Amino acid sequence: MNKVVNNVEEALKGIEDNMTLMVGGFGLCGIPENSIAQLVKMGKKNLTCISNNAGVDDFGLGLLLQNKQVKKMISSYVGENDEFERQMLSGELEVDLIPQGSLAERCRAGGAGIPAFFTPAGYGTEVAEGKEVRVYNGKPHILETALTADFAIVKAWKGDTEGNLIYKATARNFNPMMATAGKITVAEVEELVEAGELNPNDIHTPGIYVQRIFKGEKFEKRIEQRTVQSKK
Amino acid sequence: MALDKVGIAKRIAQELQDGWYVNLGIGIPTLVANYIPEGIEVEFQSENGILGMGAFPFEGEEDADLINAGKQTITARKGASFFDSATSFAMIRGQHVQLTVLGAMEVSQDGDIANWKIPGKMVKGMGGAMDLVASADNIIVAMMHSNKAGESKILKKCTLPLTGVGCVKKVVTELAVLEIKQGKFHLLERAPGVSVEEIISKTEGDLVVPEFVPEMVL
Repeated sequence: MNKVVNNVEEALKGIEDNMTLMVGGFGLCGIPENSIAQLVKMGKKNLTCISNNAGVDDFGLGLLLQNKQVKKMISSYVGENDEFERQMLSGELEVDLIPQGSLAERCRAGGAGIPAFFTPAGYGTEVAEGKEVRVYNGKPHILETALTADFAIVKAWKGDTEGNLIYKATARNFNPMMATAGKITVAEVEELVEAGELNPNDIHTPGIYVQRIFKGEKFEKRIEQRTVQSKK
Repeated sequence: MALDKVGIAKRIAQELQDGWYVNLGIGIPTLVANYIPEGIEVEFQSENGILGMGAFPFEGEEDADLINAGKQTITARKGASFFDSATSFAMIRGQHVQLTVLGAMEVSQDGDIANWKIPGKMVKGMGGAMDLVASADNIIVAMMHSNKAGESKILKKCTLPLTGVGCVKKVVTELAVLEIKQGKFHLLERAPGVSVEEIISKTEGDLVVPEFVPEMVL
């Protein structure tokens, strides 16, 4: 089944105000940057964004925040973004902070048809407020529910016309789980090849999860913390 | 003399055991990787999705697709593997990682830890810390004994929002190595040249002090 769309405009067609979007990436690593730029252009408002981080002030999801398009963020860590912190502390932005492993598992559960699960993460903290607690193996766990989205937007290294995806290094992060949890999943890839050119043994995300795939026009791949050692 | 950050990292590195998989948090814990005792092999996990994390890359060889949980560019060692975030936390939750080292703003004598939020001031989020402390069998906290105002961060009860309850077993500060058991801090070692009296005066929580407190050997 051919999943290829011509460009980012076509890929994100149908995103409207008030929708819930999952956006892959960890920090600025493995984010769908072409799609984020298009979301800014589209200017849809009151979006709920599920993403581990909120980008930085002038890149990643930070661009949507600057443009006041986001009503609510569901994330685990938002420390690199001053505008985020300002909007959150002033109450303009609703924020649901979730332990990172619970966020990943909630996306995975959403895609896997598991409505909820128990985890020890967050027990005894404000994350547990209002959640059912059960003791398993002598240890308290809290009930976390699955997450799904109207659109899941992910970034992969290579993809084929069938929507099969391969990620590179730690740019994989949240992308595979989010790809499974969107009503419509859009994959933005660096390299788009014909079906058959990727080895089926190497596929991380099978094409069944992907409705639309396109080759990103350009990737800046900004580095958040450039740490190096000098050659001796 | 109180230890510096490197000293704290060196002392924690002595806790590493051959064959362990270890998760290091941001800040002082990251430095632990530089002082692995000779003759042992450990593998570092970073929760964004790598086992076998290596040193920082040489200048010009940075890869935007290869970072650690602190968003720093890194390298992968021989035998490393990459995986998604759900798999990463399955490793952590499933207790396949033997040791977690992380920083804290406060710890309590019941083993509670607070390190993610100062209400009204700083709300960065917990990242993976809540998953790590809730599941790891073996947690060492690397922290300073007091805050900038000189107030103890080694407390009877944490005052900040908690990251986890009853989970911390050991604390290494610039002054001391403390073990937490039976609802009390136990003084195991003092930093070279630091007196027991100084440690007592800077510890707000209940502290059990044995007759002889050895100096750390670094």
